[in-house]
Amino acid sequence: MKRKDRGVDPIPWWLKTLGVIVALYFILPTLVVIPLSFSADQSFQFPPTEFSLRWYQNFFTNPVWLGSLGNSLLVAVLAALLATMVGTAAAVGLSRLTGRLAGFARTLLMVSMVTPAIVVAVAIYITFLQWHLTGSLGGYVLAHAAIGVPFVLVAVTSALGGFDPKLLRASASLGASPVRSFIRVTMPLISRGILSGAIFAFVTSFDEVVIALFLRSPTFQTLPVQMYNSVTFELDPTISASSSLVVVVVTAIFLVPQLLGNRKKTR
Amino acid sequence: MTTTSRTRRAPAPSWLLLVPALGLLAAILLVPLGQSLLRSVGSPDFTLDHYTSLFTDGVTLTVLGRTAQTAIIVTLVTFLLGYPYAYLMTRVGPRMRGVLLTIVLIPFWTSVMARNFAWIILLQRGGPVQSVFEFFGAGNVVFYGSAVGVTVAMCQVLLPFMVLPLFSSLGSIDRKLLLAARGLGSPPLVAFWKIYWPLSRGGVVSGLILVFTLSLGFYVTPALLGSPQQSLIAQLLAQRTTQLLDFAGAGALGMLVLVVTLVLVAWANRFGGSISAIGAVAVTPTKDNS
Repeated sequence: MKRKDRGVDPIPWWLKTLGVIVALYFILPTLVVIPLSFSADQSFQFPPTEFSLRWYQNFFTNPVWLGSLGNSLLVAVLAALLATMVGTAAAVGLSRLTGRLAGFARTLLMVSMVTPAIVVAVAIYITFLQWHLTGSLGGYVLAHAAIGVPFVLVAVTSALGGFDPKLLRASASLGASPVRSFIRVTMPLISRGILSGAIFAFVTSFDEVVIALFLRSPTFQTLPVQMYNSVTFELDPTISASSSLVVVVVTAIFLVPQLLGNRKKTR
Repeated sequence: MTTTSRTRRAPAPSWLLLVPALGLLAAILLVPLGQSLLRSVGSPDFTLDHYTSLFTDGVTLTVLGRTAQTAIIVTLVTFLLGYPYAYLMTRVGPRMRGVLLTIVLIPFWTSVMARNFAWIILLQRGGPVQSVFEFFGAGNVVFYGSAVGVTVAMCQVLLPFMVLPLFSSLGSIDRKLLLAARGLGSPPLVAFWKIYWPLSRGGVVSGLILVFTLSLGFYVTPALLGSPQQSLIAQLLAQRTTQLLDFAGAGALGMLVLVVTLVLVAWANRFGGSISAIGAVAVTPTKDNS
């Protein structure tokens, strides 16, 4: 039956070819930066003529690059923490609420996902000028946490979808306070959703460049901003090492929940 | 503790849980955008001059037209590549579908700066793309600093937003309908056009609107890969803010872009392809692998 099915309705060759081409279009640009990062050339020539580790060496010894990396990590960790806390609370709250007002609150919390980054960046920039938050750690953390919230909300809401509220009633009937019930019952069951939301918030902040470009100052800038500078003002090939590191680290970060998910599935 | 008192008390803490998130959102998004709106209509006296000058200053309309043109081209290209790809995803086995879905999500994962840097390398003078064109006898094609280069790079990032709504729409179409039409003597193209295409239209419309909307706000890609003479609306907005310090004019332009975006997103929402739904696919990609 199956073989007959295939004979009657095969996937045409041109469709397969097009699929391969589109897949390459998705993958190739990312793969270019990795060989380039091992180049010995001062220019951005591709493919490289000679290979070396000099751009990695420069990345890890140059205080400007290292400082930007440190700033980015700090901002991303704090922004992800803040976004995860307020986002998880909001997701739990929304899961218990129905009605038009709750729907409106959810839309409002999701809205930063669809507003163009440049519009938000410009508005935040002018307001933060008045609040003296440009170029400060606090300003970056607040702005990046705000755009990270939708990811946490989506991830935790989807985890709560499989959560049985009867469990909370059971735990309350056994004498647990709401807080204790949340920590002992809800949290373990939605921990994967929280983790995945936190990872997305972290990566969103770590990779964010438009708002960061407006909030930057000579004393405080993040890695994407330094990468932006290195192709616009300085033409510093260290960006190739930086790009490869970011691509590899972010891919590894995303594979963690994937692998966790697979392990759970096979169990 | 009766049940009635418990149900009456339940909503209050639930709303309280929303306070921190709404507070953060209000401080970081709503207040700045609200201030921006106030500035755009004149802080001391109400005026719409900043809005009317958008249409009369000669520059803004040109840039808006160019942005719309770029967005339309990007939308069409992603559609022409995305539709067959999404269709292919519905045809292959579950394992291959997982691979194809993971590949679609790669542009989501890869760093904005790394991706744009990669396109600079590929499209630069003497770069791999030019070499390929040279090989085919068109030596003098340089895409770096041109609208074509910007389009090529934008399409790659935006393809997931086309493929994902299309995949969810095409995946729910019963292919037996198509086979039945063929069995009744309909040529493949007619069967596709009369049966498959109408059923896929919801996903098509939401994909088209999403990609068009998102491409309106691109800043980094045109700034790095395009030329200053070919700037798009986002660059104009940045320039008015940081170089001309025309906060009121920038506010009016920003509001225009924001309103157009939100209207289009709300429209796309009606076809079930909201950006938040796609965010959900991106955040929980494992769910679809089974």
